[in-house]
Amino acid sequence: MHQDTSSAPTTTQVDILSGDTFQKHQASMPSNAWMQAQQAAAWNTFKSLPMPKRTEERWRFAQTVGLSLEGYTLQDKPADAEAILAQSAHLEDYAGRLIFADGHLLAKDAISEELAAQGVLWLSLEEALHSKPELLERYLFSLSTQLGSDKFEALGRAYARAGSILYVPKDVQVKSPFVAYHWASQEGASIFPQTLIIAETTSQVSLVDFYLSASGAPALACGSSHVHAGPGAKVFRKSIQNWSRKTHSFQSDTHTTERDAELYSLAVHLGGEYARFENDVEITGAGSHAKLYSLTVADDKQMFDQRSLQRHQAPNATSDLLYKNALCDTAKTIFSGMICVGKQAQQTDAYQTNRNLLLNPSAEAISLPGLEIEANDVKCSHGSTSGQIDESELFYMLARGIPKPVAQKLLTFGFFEEVIAKVDDPALADNLRLMVEEKFATREH
Amino acid sequence: MQEKPSIDIDRSKGDFHYETDYAYDAGLGLSEKTVNYIADVKEEDDWIRDFRLKALRIFQEKPLPTHWASEDLLSINFDKIRYYLSKGQQPSRTWEEVPDDIKKTFERLGIPEQERKFLAGVEAQFDSEAAYSRMKDNLAKDGVIFVGSTEGLMKHPEIFRKFFGKVIPTGDNKFSALNSAVFSGGSFIYIPPGVKVKQPLQAYFRINAENFGQFERTLIIADEGAEVTYMEGCTAPKFETTTLHSAVVELVALKGAKIQYITVQNWSNNVFNLVTKRGLAEEEAEIRWIDCNIGSRLTMKYPGVILKGRKARGEVLSIALAGDGQHQDTGAKMIHAADETSSNIIAKSISLGTGRSSYRGLVHIPKHLKNCKNNTECDALLINSNSRTDTYPAIDVRGERNSVQHEASVSKVSAEQIFYMQQRGLSEAEAMSLSVNGFINDLVREFPMEYSVELKRLIELEMEGSVG
Repeated sequence: MHQDTSSAPTTTQVDILSGDTFQKHQASMPSNAWMQAQQAAAWNTFKSLPMPKRTEERWRFAQTVGLSLEGYTLQDKPADAEAILAQSAHLEDYAGRLIFADGHLLAKDAISEELAAQGVLWLSLEEALHSKPELLERYLFSLSTQLGSDKFEALGRAYARAGSILYVPKDVQVKSPFVAYHWASQEGASIFPQTLIIAETTSQVSLVDFYLSASGAPALACGSSHVHAGPGAKVFRKSIQNWSRKTHSFQSDTHTTERDAELYSLAVHLGGEYARFENDVEITGAGSHAKLYSLTVADDKQMFDQRSLQRHQAPNATSDLLYKNALCDTAKTIFSGMICVGKQAQQTDAYQTNRNLLLNPSAEAISLPGLEIEANDVKCSHGSTSGQIDESELFYMLARGIPKPVAQKLLTFGFFEEVIAKVDDPALADNLRLMVEEKFATREH
Repeated sequence: MQEKPSIDIDRSKGDFHYETDYAYDAGLGLSEKTVNYIADVKEEDDWIRDFRLKALRIFQEKPLPTHWASEDLLSINFDKIRYYLSKGQQPSRTWEEVPDDIKKTFERLGIPEQERKFLAGVEAQFDSEAAYSRMKDNLAKDGVIFVGSTEGLMKHPEIFRKFFGKVIPTGDNKFSALNSAVFSGGSFIYIPPGVKVKQPLQAYFRINAENFGQFERTLIIADEGAEVTYMEGCTAPKFETTTLHSAVVELVALKGAKIQYITVQNWSNNVFNLVTKRGLAEEEAEIRWIDCNIGSRLTMKYPGVILKGRKARGEVLSIALAGDGQHQDTGAKMIHAADETSSNIIAKSISLGTGRSSYRGLVHIPKHLKNCKNNTECDALLINSNSRTDTYPAIDVRGERNSVQHEASVSKVSAEQIFYMQQRGLSEAEAMSLSVNGFINDLVREFPMEYSVELKRLIELEMEGSVG
């Protein structure tokens, strides 16, 4: 592991909303005319757009009143870097690892020489600006989600520095996952994680993003991810979010699938006070296949706002979405999903399922499953259910002598298992079970 | 593939009109003057006039809901519409009294025969006012009231004023405000406690004048344990310019009452049909909306039930057929407001040619409620490659032991089914028609016999030539 010891430019305690802060940030970025222009444009977009209102269709039912970007700052590298590095150990087997904290690169595990010889690139965003600017110009910031977070996405782009860039050439198959950690640590920190995965023809790769907090301090995260799955490529991206309970986060993910590509996206949401997650899949290639999974455990006053879009623009493709939410206390979740099938996308199979498990009478689950279909030879459906633990299942367990709290817990974990079982990496799956159990364990005291 | 289905065959039934001299005409455009004119002509009490003027202000302040609804709403020119037209007569109680030209219209549409056959009462509205209104004598003896909107408010304020504008407040949406400002005609019905009206009551709405807007107002109150079925049908001739129909329908089912409201909407396809319909169900009451939309250019209609009393039940059964150039934007709203309430929504739509059908729904269960249930099923069938369908449900659930399920599917007529039927000697068009009728068959059965036969025939006709 190589620790990055270069001193980052000083941006101590500067308000992210001030033009001076942005100027300083730009001056500290690697000199790349394209990136400078992109970030300046993003800054202007951010400044010109108003904060969203819940009367906007894409923010329907959202709690927009308390949303504020005031009081967040760009931070120096945190003092507890060693502790953070030690905690960045959810997976032991990985092809490459990047660890960022408060927007600074703390450490990088480079790829093996074998992978490097095959042409795989595993770079931090800053490295890529030096060594592969043409790759970034083609793919970075190339798509927006169209789901409403334009302002936050623009802010994330304007301040983008911490990010992982993964390029896998034609026919290369990488078995072990790539891992990126984005930590928020100091009081009022703002972080802007970027992920870019380019998988060329018939390549295979997976990446796990961890979004975590090293303290209970308030923080802001505006992140984006873009996956480009080339013809026949197979990409699995997982993101595990466990921010502090005072964090506000806006994550915008986009995906493009070319002909016969297979895309898997799995997102786990545990932390944050307010977390919005936008997931947009653009199916541009015939015969491609996209699966989107999400698991959310919401408690206390947490608010999770999830919006998804499955855009079918090519024929014979399939997409399948499964979002499961478990709600405790006075938590609130929103699922707003849309399947859009264009005129040319005949023989599409598209599905969308939202399941909400209400574990407390005061929790609120909102479901907005939508379809817009313009092709006639398609199979599309969506299903949404909201309810409690099945009484008959509970009765069955009680009848067999299992105490009620245990039975409830088992049934709740059973509800999560459907999504966790989709994780192809047993170590990561176990880690997820542990994280979910931990969240429940802290509730019991 | 033949792109243009021959969808106009059946509409010819309503596609005729007569030159009519109107005694009262509020002229083009909408202002306080128009509203005062209507109130003057109808000799209304001051509170009704004030209600209208307040509604007008709300209408003018509210923007068109184009942030979620069709942009086509922008093509309505509110200044080119006539808001009140009538011949000034009181509704006739016998068929002979109806003026000849109006009689001709309704005779062509078959109103008197229908009445003789199976209706307990009928009201026929011609432009702004009811031209004919009659109810069987025994119902009047039981205390049933079946009158027009102004008559209801003026003669029976003790019954109707309490609920008028309460289920659908004036400010509910832009078009409910518009209706509240310029309403005329419609049916105000009161069924006394325990009275079960066996035969359906019917209203027939007819737009006869060009550039005319029809704004009928209906309020049905079923007192404790009462039961009633109400049916409405609507037609208009095909004019060159667009016409607006914007009704408000309020239903109140008191404890244990049952109301069934059936609509077969077959406006010509240049009518904007923007209707607000909502029912209030008290304890153990039941409200069913059975809604079939075949005509109009753009329909926006989301019948709803507020389930206010324990064990109240709400249901919406909806069929929409969107042909070339039509947009059927329909759906349902279920607002649960008491324990153990249940609601059911079944919506089926068929899009044909360039037609577009949308389902928009709302299911709301707030946090203090227990044991509520909702079931929603929406199925869409797409016939041609340029047809379109959308589904936009919103489901908001809290509380204890509530369960909500929503399912939607989109499909086309299965090629295997068509092949199978062709094997047995049916033509492709016949097979298609049979298949489509099968798709909506279980809903069509819910309509009264006369309507379901008519509906099936209508769909057969609409489907003719849609495959090729």
